[in-house]
Amino acid sequence: MGEKVLMKGNEALAAAAVRAGCRFYFGYPITPQTELAAYMSKIMPKVGGTFLQAESEISAINMLYGAAAAGARAMTSSSSPGVSLKGEGISYMAGADLPGVIVNVERGGPGLGSIQPSQQDYWQATRAMGHGDFFQIVYAPNTVQEMADMIFTAFEKADEYLTPVMILADGLLGQMMEPVELPDEIGELPEKPWATTGTKGKREHNIANSLYLQSNELEAKLLERAKRYEIILDKEQQSEGFMLDDAEIVLVAFGASSRIARSAVVKAREEGIKVGLLRPITLWPFPAKALEATMGTAKAYLSVEMNMGQMVDDVRLVVGKDVPVEHFGRTGGIIPTPDEVLEAIRTLNAKVGE
Amino acid sequence: MAQRELSIVLSGFGGQGLLFAGKVIAQAGLLEDRHVSWLPSYGPEMRGGTASCSVVLSDEPVGSPLVTAPNVLIAMNQPSIDKFIGEVESGGLVLADSSMIQDMPSRDDVTIHTVPATNLAYENGFKTLANIILTGKLFAETEFCEKQTLLDAVAKCVPPKKQELLEPNLKALELGMSL
Repeated sequence: MGEKVLMKGNEALAAAAVRAGCRFYFGYPITPQTELAAYMSKIMPKVGGTFLQAESEISAINMLYGAAAAGARAMTSSSSPGVSLKGEGISYMAGADLPGVIVNVERGGPGLGSIQPSQQDYWQATRAMGHGDFFQIVYAPNTVQEMADMIFTAFEKADEYLTPVMILADGLLGQMMEPVELPDEIGELPEKPWATTGTKGKREHNIANSLYLQSNELEAKLLERAKRYEIILDKEQQSEGFMLDDAEIVLVAFGASSRIARSAVVKAREEGIKVGLLRPITLWPFPAKALEATMGTAKAYLSVEMNMGQMVDDVRLVVGKDVPVEHFGRTGGIIPTPDEVLEAIRTLNAKVGE
Repeated sequence: MAQRELSIVLSGFGGQGLLFAGKVIAQAGLLEDRHVSWLPSYGPEMRGGTASCSVVLSDEPVGSPLVTAPNVLIAMNQPSIDKFIGEVESGGLVLADSSMIQDMPSRDDVTIHTVPATNLAYENGFKTLANIILTGKLFAETEFCEKQTLLDAVAKCVPPKKQELLEPNLKALELGMSL
């Protein structure tokens, strides 16, 4: 570990990706993630890597498919409308069991939307990144330090489970500077005997492919992959709890909105309201076990998101219908203030308090 | 008495160096191992009257890096003072570049210091450093860090390839501190 420096989230993510062994970056400019690509364009030639600005997001994701198939640590990044374009390629990667990292620095939607921060792509990232029965692991950092740290985890888990992994950030985290200590350069990378590196006449062909014309073969493949998903669901849930021990109102918030929710929790505690915060760090797998653990004291849940209410569905799936589960959000690129969240806490407390 | 919890909005025209001044302040916080954040505006307002950034220095983890109720406003043009003066917390501090602002709005519940920073910068031969003069004035009013820390922060923020700018930056800072 080196000294702490001030860096933008986008730049810290790029710098850490290179230290995690990423040597191929394919992208296409879009606000608010452009600094990530700009940083890669400067550093990749210096480390013997490849920076390639593709002609479109679709070609960038297919380059990621190719680099991943050849066994490289590779990534692409974009913002919401660009990530939608990558959906097809991500589905192909999932179908071919290829590890790769995709970064989404979210902005307002739908369509071209706005360039301001949002969390409107939760459903897309966790449910519907593309067609077919597949999931991707999704990490949601909430500091610049986590932007740097999680890219290491993302590459590691992609290689371990042979799956695309997404870092779901937003314009706030991408654009802000905070002190960050960049992780040390990674040593050995894992062996990839399945990679399409040329047989040299010594082994059977390795093939990266998502096409199975025999339905029974495809079903068998899907069932095999589903077993890996079960392991991920069991082993990879991550979350952080804040003031949950006696919490009667439990806020659930990830990424940028979790920072605002935390400030609101501190203020509400000063007013004597027993409130805490569960912050999902993995969005898929959703941290169901940690959320279940709050049900002993919780009288109500409030999902705080920068969207119209998406993660609130996952909260309801875990806690059921016995207690109120509400959503508070601003959307379209508006960042909620701690006071707005505090007011939502007060209202919910008045409803369920004694 | 030193005021160490700062939620600052710095605003002016693009090119006046407010993002840089914000970075110097944040860097000073980092050097004292405090919680800091720096967030630029990157929206359509960049293409119009104001470019601004939010800086937070705190002993607690920073919640929202977007400052909506600043306790310090540093304004370097008319659109900025007009836009942000109403948002300053009661009891807060306003530093305004009076070289650039003709109509100074008034508020009774905040402390307003007008500094002809742009003119002072020209008169002293560091014409683009009005931002750093105002940073020095911020230190004089709040002592938000140790003096040496702020000098070190400037040294950290001036890029290695532009070391000839370090000395004028430090002079501008001293000038601002003396006001």
